[in-house]
Amino acid sequence: MTNTEPKTTEAPIDVPAGADTDPTVSPVSEKAAGGSAVATATETTPPLRVTKVAMREPSKAPDKIFSGATLATGIFLVALIGAIFLFLLLTAVGPLSRNEVNFLTSTEWTVTDKRLAFGIAGMLWTTVVSSIIAMCLAVPVAIGVALLITHYSTPAIGRTVGFLVDLLAAVPSVVYGMWGVRVFAPVIQPFSDAVAGSWLGKIPLLAPGLQSSGTVFAAALVLAIMILPIVTALSRDVFEQTPRDHIEAAWALGATKWEMIKTAVLPYGRSGVIAASMLGLGRALGETIAVMLILSTVRKFDWSIFSGGETFASKIATNAGELDSPTKTGAYIAAGLVLFLLTFAVNAIARVVAAGGKAKA
Amino acid sequence: MSDTVNETPAQVDLSRPTGKRQMVDNLIRGLVWIAAAVAIVPLFWILGTVVAKGAPLLFTAEPDYTRICAVEAKAPTKEFLDYKRVAASECDKDDTDNAKNIWLSGGKYPGVNEFVAYRPVTPLTKDPNAAASGGGIVIKGREPQAQKQSVVGIPSSDKAGTVRTASADWWTKDQSATDLREVGGGALHSIIGTLELGLITSLIAVPLGILGAIYLVEYARGKGFSKVVSFMVDILTGVPSIVAALFIYAVAITILGGTRSTMASALALVLLMLPTVLRSTEEMLKLVPDSLREASYALGVPKWKTIMNVVLPTARKGILTGIVLGMARVMGETAPLIILLNYGPRLEWNPTSNNMGSLPTQIMGATEVAANYPGAERGWGAALTLILIVMGLNLIARTVGRSKKSR
Amino acid sequence: MKINRLAQVAALMAAGALSLTACGGSTETGGTTGGQTTAAETSTAQTSGTDTSAAETSASESQGGGAVEITCPKGKVNGGGSSAQDIAMQALTKAYNTTCNSGQVIYTKSGSGQGIKDFYNKQLQWAGSDSALKDKPNKDKVVESEKVKTRCENNPGWNLPLIVGPVAFAYNIDGVDKLVLTPKVMMEIFNGKITTWDDAQIKALNKDAKLPSDKINVVYRNDESGTTENVAKYLKAAAPDQFTGEPSKEPFAKVGEGKKGTQAVADAVKATKNAFGYMEWKYAKDAQLGVASIDNGQGAVELTAESAAKAMEAAELQADGNDLKVKLKYTDLGEGAYPMVMVTYEIVCSKGLPAEEAALLKDFLLFATSPDAQSKLEDQGYAPLPESLLTKVQTAVKAMA
Repeated sequence: MTNTEPKTTEAPIDVPAGADTDPTVSPVSEKAAGGSAVATATETTPPLRVTKVAMREPSKAPDKIFSGATLATGIFLVALIGAIFLFLLLTAVGPLSRNEVNFLTSTEWTVTDKRLAFGIAGMLWTTVVSSIIAMCLAVPVAIGVALLITHYSTPAIGRTVGFLVDLLAAVPSVVYGMWGVRVFAPVIQPFSDAVAGSWLGKIPLLAPGLQSSGTVFAAALVLAIMILPIVTALSRDVFEQTPRDHIEAAWALGATKWEMIKTAVLPYGRSGVIAASMLGLGRALGETIAVMLILSTVRKFDWSIFSGGETFASKIATNAGELDSPTKTGAYIAAGLVLFLLTFAVNAIARVVAAGGKAKA
Repeated sequence: MSDTVNETPAQVDLSRPTGKRQMVDNLIRGLVWIAAAVAIVPLFWILGTVVAKGAPLLFTAEPDYTRICAVEAKAPTKEFLDYKRVAASECDKDDTDNAKNIWLSGGKYPGVNEFVAYRPVTPLTKDPNAAASGGGIVIKGREPQAQKQSVVGIPSSDKAGTVRTASADWWTKDQSATDLREVGGGALHSIIGTLELGLITSLIAVPLGILGAIYLVEYARGKGFSKVVSFMVDILTGVPSIVAALFIYAVAITILGGTRSTMASALALVLLMLPTVLRSTEEMLKLVPDSLREASYALGVPKWKTIMNVVLPTARKGILTGIVLGMARVMGETAPLIILLNYGPRLEWNPTSNNMGSLPTQIMGATEVAANYPGAERGWGAALTLILIVMGLNLIARTVGRSKKSR
Repeated sequence: MKINRLAQVAALMAAGALSLTACGGSTETGGTTGGQTTAAETSTAQTSGTDTSAAETSASESQGGGAVEITCPKGKVNGGGSSAQDIAMQALTKAYNTTCNSGQVIYTKSGSGQGIKDFYNKQLQWAGSDSALKDKPNKDKVVESEKVKTRCENNPGWNLPLIVGPVAFAYNIDGVDKLVLTPKVMMEIFNGKITTWDDAQIKALNKDAKLPSDKINVVYRNDESGTTENVAKYLKAAAPDQFTGEPSKEPFAKVGEGKKGTQAVADAVKATKNAFGYMEWKYAKDAQLGVASIDNGQGAVELTAESAAKAMEAAELQADGNDLKVKLKYTDLGEGAYPMVMVTYEIVCSKGLPAEEAALLKDFLLFATSPDAQSKLEDQGYAPLPESLLTKVQTAVKAMA
């Protein structure tokens, strides 16, 4: 980076007419205009101190302070985040080393004085399944809505629809949870029962599970509604940026609207949509309150989406009030770290895909 | 393409392909509109529920009790006496064996000839006008305050309904005098708590975010260390709110032995708001053309002044948008609040105190009573208030972002 | 102007004037309000103010023992802890705050363990707990009673039992109004050994009921809970062969689904057919669920305030001066006693709080121990403390400094 810090003097000089009168600009920048200005000044004003101090380096103090402050912030951020993870790891390492079962494959979770056996397999399954179902349900709808807003509707309707979908994002997750458990889940329960009761119920994934409506499926549906605004907004941005000439080329070749979209908009926007889906997935993975309120827990791990379970976030939130010993805290932190790794991986994929898409375009 | 472009259109109508292609096109068009409907329906469902249940609370209040004239409908079973409402004139008659006045908690009442399960809900549903039982409480040295009768609503209509009166209580009172199972009070403590939380979080996150972004864009662009910082911020972006809350809990409470407080939850929220502010500021700063910077340097302006007086003002609108959006996100976060803050029903300004109200935790509290209690309904009111605040912030961000640049 | 009805009732209680002036001596309570006429309604409030001064002293004298005198000092005290007594505490604190309109007493539930911790860390002026202070080291290697003693400037802490909360075993079966269960049968249900409602063991206890052949859907609390611990203690004592493991705050049910918080459990039982779960009595009442009668070996006992109070009478008091620990009996309680009750304590400093806080806390506890306040807790799904115990608690409160 080049050093663009100019020399300045502090000697006040009459600024000749016609010069830039921006008060933030030091008067002596007129030096750039050449010596004539100075010469003129010396004719009409008392002897200037200019010549004596013209070459004096200005005080660099404010600059140093400022750059120091920003550097300090940068260092602080690195240190803070590093410290966070160091701390989390250290707290988790103790219980992990004393864990009596395999952390990654066991579905047991017993953290007491007598027995320390905790495994995240159950949570991992429930978290991933609910989030993936949510993503699979939300993404097609989001693409459809984004296409509607950008191509299929009038601008006025498009703006309205866009505004309404953004409104979904303003609803706090605890409201989703309350609405989900008291209003929504009971309504879709008959559908779940029908599927589980039919021949589809022979598949372990769709086997009947709970009698109540606190199923993984219900939670996944609510998650889908929650991530819809994010995926829609990002897809919409991407679709809007499709190069006009691609679109017009397709029109010129006689394509129907769908064909135009299929050939011009979607390929261009594919990476953006994938990135948006990944971000939505990340959000679904980390969603806490709505899942905690809707999902019932079960004693024995069950594959079925019509049964209950726990996600990382919901388990931590349910028990967060009782972390009274470092061992317990460490076990839950270990689970939290796995969740974090998941969301980080998903977000990283999103970033890579988005960057790749930008590079292509 | 089978229907090729032709200077003499003749029989080929380019805008109306026929057959299979058109079918597919129409199908997709239909699907797209269906998708929009699928997206909008839950929105109206949720918002409809929230507004229907919560809006009345924002500008009306129910009286403590509503009085109706009723007869016992059948012999009481369990503890739920069943009464049937009858015309008010029945109670004016002298015989007291049949119709009598009963007081229903809150403003709700059935219509004439409809039934109500009249069950004692609080110590006060013993008729508030009845004589006291024995074993009294005497307040030494003080005459019991002469109490005015409450607005005991007496429905004028024969139909079922709610007696409500216009009231700004929601915005001016807190819940320190009201039980979850009773009407009364407002949400002032929660509103102030949420706003205060957002303010404190912003006061910490915004300077850090802006300084960090300035560092990345102005001082360290391209340098190795900036990549490290950028990577760290990416990590922070991916931290779910529950993990951030867990971290603060583990450090501040389990290890350092501190207590739950607004400051603790503000710290967790800072971890969530910081990356948003930093990234959006960074993007905005990058958008400022280098020519502006170089012109400023050419005029002899020191670097820090350039940043403060040239770069930042240019990016001001985008930065503000990022801040407001970050605040909107953070105000709706519940997980850090339930772990790091106890819900207190009393208006509290002190950020280091143990208890503080906030809208998300008030909503959570509403899930702890049965759905027909006033406390649960106040939860919907709090939900609507929170949505309005978040929407308001989003609108501000949008307006600020869209207003014409002065340059 | 909106009335503050709590204050009004308190004033009425103090006065006792209403019935004395309007109806000539007998008091009217509850739903039988027929005696009141519309004319009397509006006049009562005003007369209560003016008539009380004369009637006050006569009221307290005529009602005899149990009447309390409070002074309504200023200040602010915070308590917290057990969530099982939260409903009672909210009602009591709010009633006190509005009656006195000077001091502020706030209770925040956070779990018994957290409450005790916050208390000896000086965040709170008293703690609500489902169990008395322990004298032995707990799992954090901390001796609670020692820590509390330090907090109270080297004065011992006292355990004052205040709230008696029965736990209901609620069910949701179409067409079944009365259900009798024994602890053994209940434990088998929780263990998953009895799976349908028409199981022979349940049928044997309920010969008249039309029990469906459907699966029993067990609902339990999946978060750490003092209620769970107390139910576990009861089941272990009453059904030792069926209850494997140790009572703890963690769920003991081996089948069924877990929900966070008692309200969520009540909602789930209400919404799911053939569901069965345990919850504090108030929640079962609110959801209008059937409550099982328990046959503890001496006949089926329905859950009422009286049967719960009988269980308290059978309990053993381990008093150490003013430190009152109650050891509940779970078996051989005598006829007509509902066995599943919880006693929650207020853990206070006998001495050592700053003067203003101590005065306010003492005043509040006195208010809470008045027989009237205790009887009003019945509406909240609690049982009043038996007379003898109540007197002892009052004595202890009066001895606080």
